[in-house]
Amino acid sequence: MTQEQALYKYCLRMGDDALIHSYRLSEWCSNAPILEEDLALTNFALDMIGRAQAILDYAGKIDGKGKTSDDLAYRRKERDFYNHLIMELPNGDFAYTMARILFVSIFEYYFFSELCHSADTTLTAIAAKTVKEVKYHMAHATDWALRLGDGTDESNTRMQQAVDELWAYTGELFETDDATAILEDRNIAVDMGMIRAKWKTDVTRILTEAKLKVPGDGYNQTGSGNGVHTEYLGHILSEMQYLQRAYPEAIW
Amino acid sequence: MEVLEKKNEIQDNLLKNFEAKIDRGDAIEPRDKMPDAYRKHLIRQMSQHAHSEVIGMQPEGNWITRAPSLRVRQILLAKIQDEGGHGLYLYSAAETLGISRREMIEQLHSGKAKYSNIFNYPALTWADIGAIGWLVDGAAIVNQVSLQRTSYGPYSRAMVRICKEESFHQRQGYEIMAKMMKGTKDQQEMAQDAMNRWWWPSLMMFGPHDSESPHTGDAVKWKIKRSSNDELRQKFIDKTVQQAEVIGLTIPDKDLKWNEAKKCYDHGPINWEEFYRVISGNGPCNKQRMAHHVKVHNDGAWVREAAEAYRQKKEKKIFH
Repeated sequence: MTQEQALYKYCLRMGDDALIHSYRLSEWCSNAPILEEDLALTNFALDMIGRAQAILDYAGKIDGKGKTSDDLAYRRKERDFYNHLIMELPNGDFAYTMARILFVSIFEYYFFSELCHSADTTLTAIAAKTVKEVKYHMAHATDWALRLGDGTDESNTRMQQAVDELWAYTGELFETDDATAILEDRNIAVDMGMIRAKWKTDVTRILTEAKLKVPGDGYNQTGSGNGVHTEYLGHILSEMQYLQRAYPEAIW
Repeated sequence: MEVLEKKNEIQDNLLKNFEAKIDRGDAIEPRDKMPDAYRKHLIRQMSQHAHSEVIGMQPEGNWITRAPSLRVRQILLAKIQDEGGHGLYLYSAAETLGISRREMIEQLHSGKAKYSNIFNYPALTWADIGAIGWLVDGAAIVNQVSLQRTSYGPYSRAMVRICKEESFHQRQGYEIMAKMMKGTKDQQEMAQDAMNRWWWPSLMMFGPHDSESPHTGDAVKWKIKRSSNDELRQKFIDKTVQQAEVIGLTIPDKDLKWNEAKKCYDHGPINWEEFYRVISGNGPCNKQRMAHHVKVHNDGAWVREAAEAYRQKKEKKIFH
């Protein structure tokens, strides 16, 4: 694997994370429990589309075949997507969505904070902007984890259930592969081991404060690094890519 | 009897002061004395306006996940988010009149409060997103620009802000239509089809003809309403016809023609039977829209209860 190939895949992974998570959050539009949350969740979705666009455009450049972010988002097959599995899981209830934002945003906060020191200047620019956005996602999800965890019996039960179910998808966030190894050697990629410990500390602190139990570490679901996803991704893509596929000649 | 006369005199003086203020063109603010009928009219109109913004998120939200490029997806999401924001300003502005958001939502669910009839039509293709932005928001702007001068301060200030954002929405819708008309044959057909379906309902948004409009009397006298339904509808038609021509869309009205003497377009008869049928609950999406709103509201009850329980646990209560 060349450095370009490794970087291409690294970017697809980051870009697809933002793209697919934003898709899920945008599904909350006109579905949130209060209007304020409708706005907050779509705001996060907007941040993520912007991030996906920047990273996928860069991926297209690295690939050198003239592909734009739209080509990569709308014309790629499911086996060529590299987002982490946690991003594509259905929204579930509000607790499930908030638990996902909590886990993902803490991960992204540390990931992009580290990426700010990357030897790749395009990535550092994207990372600097992303850190600012992700801080809000993290603060918002933390507030809700506390409210739901320490709210009513029902909300505590739902939040605990969400945390327990999503836990098995969090380990994959820190996986490394050949691509990351090549890029780490050249100071481009983030050292995952370091951020995993920080993630765990923060998550433990927030869950404990929210009167929630931190699940024990068991088996972690995995596969997205090789483009092997849950059944849910195919449905996301068939909906998202519908117009581009149905009218391949059209410009929208 | 003397007491009663005195009381009535006070009432008359209050009304006189109120109307003098309106005549001077001063804004009425939340703490000012206002006739019950004025307050009632505003609550009805502002809550309907707020509900319309919120229910309007449904037909457009229907296309977010299928928006065909990252750019248009971002724009559509931002637009719908604006609509939600408008709902919030308007609920807050209406709350200054002594009604809570919870009560307004209850009235929506019971059918006592209405929302704009236009959202009882379905958004079937991507071109409908263009048509909604261009025609529906275009029609709404005409009404809202006029409402910037409405007599109730919080409503008028909300309108100023809303108008700025709505003009962006209208451009967004027009851009979608323009792009499609420059595109493939399929896209052009899709755009014209959306135009055909949304044109007449957009004209109906301004309400019945002035001769038939039941809410006009006091609303005009008290400067809540600054222009008549027909005046606003005419403004909308006159600005939209040319925009349609520029991009090659045909307005589905064979009677539409320029009236040189009146310097405006004459249009064909509006199907008021359809208007009243949809208003009375038999539009294509009335049941779907309300059922969705009720379900989401009920499904979210546990979240609101949790937030309230948490607040009560954490709130300091040093002074009462």
